[in-house]
Amino acid sequence: MRDIAIVAYQQTDSVSDAGAVNEVELIMPVLQRVYKQVGLKSAQDVDFVCSGSCDYLQGAAFAFVAGVDALAAVPPIKESHVEMDAAWALYEAILKIRMEQADSALIYGFAKSSPGELPIVLSQQLDPYYLAPLWVDSISLAAMQARLMLDRGLITERDMAEVVSRSRRNAMNNPHAQLSGDISIEDILAEETYLSPLRKADCSPISDGASAMVIATVEKAKEWGLPYAVISGIDHCIETHNLGMRDLTDSASTRIAANRAGMNNGVVDVAELYAPFSHQEIILSRALGLDKHTVINPSGGVLAGNLMMASGLSRIGEVFNRIVSGEASRGVAHATSGPCLQHNMVTVLEKAGDA
Amino acid sequence: MANLAAVVGIGQTKYTKERGDVSIAGLVREAAVKALDDADLTWDDIDAVILGKAPDMFEGIIMPEIYLTDALGCNGKPMLRVHTAGSVGGSTALVAASHVQSGMFKRVLTVAFEKQSESNAMWALSNPQPFSTHLNAGAGGYFAPIIREYMRRSNAPYDVGIKVAVKDRLHGARNPLAHLQKPDITMKEVEESFMLWDPIRFLESCPSSDGACAMVIANEELATKSPKPPAWIRGGAMRSEPTMYAGREEVSPQAGRDCAADVYKQAGITNPRKDLDCAEVYVPFSWYEPMWLENLGFAPEGEGWKLTMEGATSLDEGGDIPWNCSGGVLSSNPIGASGMIRFAEAARQVRGDAGAHQVEGAKLALGHAYGGGAQFFSMWVVGSQKS
Amino acid sequence: MSDEQDVITSIKSPSYLKYNFTAGAAPARFLTQIKKGVLTGQRCPKCSAVYSPPRGSCAACGVPTEEEVVLSNKATVQSFTIVSIPIPNNPIEPPYVIANLVPDGSNISFIHLLSECVNAEVHIGQRVTAVWKPEAEWDYAMDNIRYFTPIDEPDVPVDKIGKLPVTGWEG
Repeated sequence: MRDIAIVAYQQTDSVSDAGAVNEVELIMPVLQRVYKQVGLKSAQDVDFVCSGSCDYLQGAAFAFVAGVDALAAVPPIKESHVEMDAAWALYEAILKIRMEQADSALIYGFAKSSPGELPIVLSQQLDPYYLAPLWVDSISLAAMQARLMLDRGLITERDMAEVVSRSRRNAMNNPHAQLSGDISIEDILAEETYLSPLRKADCSPISDGASAMVIATVEKAKEWGLPYAVISGIDHCIETHNLGMRDLTDSASTRIAANRAGMNNGVVDVAELYAPFSHQEIILSRALGLDKHTVINPSGGVLAGNLMMASGLSRIGEVFNRIVSGEASRGVAHATSGPCLQHNMVTVLEKAGDA
Repeated sequence: MANLAAVVGIGQTKYTKERGDVSIAGLVREAAVKALDDADLTWDDIDAVILGKAPDMFEGIIMPEIYLTDALGCNGKPMLRVHTAGSVGGSTALVAASHVQSGMFKRVLTVAFEKQSESNAMWALSNPQPFSTHLNAGAGGYFAPIIREYMRRSNAPYDVGIKVAVKDRLHGARNPLAHLQKPDITMKEVEESFMLWDPIRFLESCPSSDGACAMVIANEELATKSPKPPAWIRGGAMRSEPTMYAGREEVSPQAGRDCAADVYKQAGITNPRKDLDCAEVYVPFSWYEPMWLENLGFAPEGEGWKLTMEGATSLDEGGDIPWNCSGGVLSSNPIGASGMIRFAEAARQVRGDAGAHQVEGAKLALGHAYGGGAQFFSMWVVGSQKS
Repeated sequence: MSDEQDVITSIKSPSYLKYNFTAGAAPARFLTQIKKGVLTGQRCPKCSAVYSPPRGSCAACGVPTEEEVVLSNKATVQSFTIVSIPIPNNPIEPPYVIANLVPDGSNISFIHLLSECVNAEVHIGQRVTAVWKPEAEWDYAMDNIRYFTPIDEPDVPVDKIGKLPVTGWEG
């Protein structure tokens, strides 16, 4: 099976409201930057394009079609789309490369979450007969999960605040971060709860933005002469939709995906985990069995800025950045979808081997 | 080289205006179980599930794979949901096939569906957007002017669309699964039906259907062991182009031509009309048959309508290149599933499994789907032989 | 409670979601001009094609359209259809004509209504002009132009549709 290399990654700033910017205007700048990083002129210069987005975030059916206007798709291109985080678009692109219908691919994800009330919008992801009519928003579901953790003595509020404090501090090194700064655990604990037991700080913000990545076979990456990281394993796994039928204090599917992706075949220097709520970072790092050696969310994670439909791809991009910079030799990136970590993807990245 | 893959099981629900007896989960499970039974397999034999459907706004369920994982036996496995507008059923099949063709999976299940009776597709398609700078006239309002331009260029007689409307419903009458069952349909009945968007009449348009279609796709080793003949995937291709740009050719989109050229090259087809035994092509408005006959290289430019009028695409008239023997989109249209139904029906033909709408001895068949402003195309060629 | 209960076969679950829409930057510029009664397009800096209404990019080149171009109120029918069913949320009475129109100075068409015309006489290449609502009713909306109506000018040959300058067409 062909080895896959990540050769470029770019992200827009994560902002609370991108303002008068439509989908194509949101995407074009980040695509231009990722082309420049590789030395390409347009999507014509890669063999396949795949994107991830969700119409309901913008409130317009076919919002993703507007994205095609950013690609210079004349003459026509090989292009596809998933109504999921772009991490899954990356997955589709890897299949394409491995079946040898492409040697390179452009992947991008984008969303404007600001137009709608995101937690309420996400309630409509739920079972349409039994759950969606209850309009249980995504924060309330996460809050119930956090309550389970606390009541079972698996975490403390201090543990949650520690995740927030560390994320915000790490985000000070992330030029794209939306929320960053030095905020102490005590300051966080002093805040009133928002949706008990969650404080506002325990929840990722609402963000607008986009991210893009270029991947290729290792041969192609060498041909382009670009620094690259190898995807040595990638897998994803979904669990039952019924919240009462799975252990919400654990993430079994993340563990399964990590095992199948070969995460434990080596040391994990860095892990970027898609944890939209502080307690979920703890669930994920335990499910992955991460120890003190692993730096978790050096980018600040999504608590610092949550680009819906692009954050999963961004976690992979952040690990890629740290590998090509030499900061890490091996890392893991996690993406999630659905309520309370129902569907999880784990990608293992390694530094380029010797030529 | 891509690994070989084949369709080893197909399941479809009966297409109908309203399936009031099943939930959405029940609908997709029904098709999936039929596909597993057809392949003589159980849920445990499936490594991954790939789901496809049209915009979430139709049924109002955001990212329905999250809800449907239980119904599709996917817990503990990978699940992917493809969305490429109207071509989605086809793209989903291609993405599912790529799971196997990449060597990463041995056997996968793919399902596409639409429960239009529980949705409001009309609303979702024409929902006025604030600050929208264009009038939204629905699918017919978009396609009718393009059809009119085709009629002007080709000088086709006025009743070509009528003939297709009759042919596809007569084909549908051979297919017990088809939504519209009109064995007694006549040219006169179609001609006299209400003119919706001139020149498209009511009976020249597709119905609105509930339905799901599923396939099991396996690698060479497993397909060879399959109890029924597999449909070998001999080629697959996708192309996209923008909805609007200066000078865009709308009647015969470049993306369709390029996609066809790619899939023909993979399958070793140089003369589609001769090399293929039949085709399942996405024709939602009857005039799209002559237009696609040209776009897909079955007829020279301006002459697609001649093939239709001479009966070349009709099973009942003994045509040499029957199109849409299943009844096509004109007989059943659960939007998100329609593309996959075309791909599945092409596979049924080369498995010798198409019942009363079987083309005798079919060995090579084309499945085609398109979507958006006729800008997203996906196609595959399946055969009774590996090469 | 009765012993026999009706089997529930469906539920109605109304959905209400609130969105704060913003127009994109390019459409916003277009709408600002439309509010003043001016029809504009935007030119692609790479291929020079003029898009009206602009959607944010030249789709062929994948770059933002920039230079604003004032267009004529006159346009040519690129294609059309006569519609017999109502448009949701639109008061217009069937049968009415919807046409793909290219305003002089633009290179792509947009869909709009034709009215004050004989439906059966509408044809490809026909010359039409915009009929605006009264100025007091103008908003940030394309329907400031109520419809287009035929004018007495020679038809445009098919190969010239979409290529006329803003100064128009003499025949």
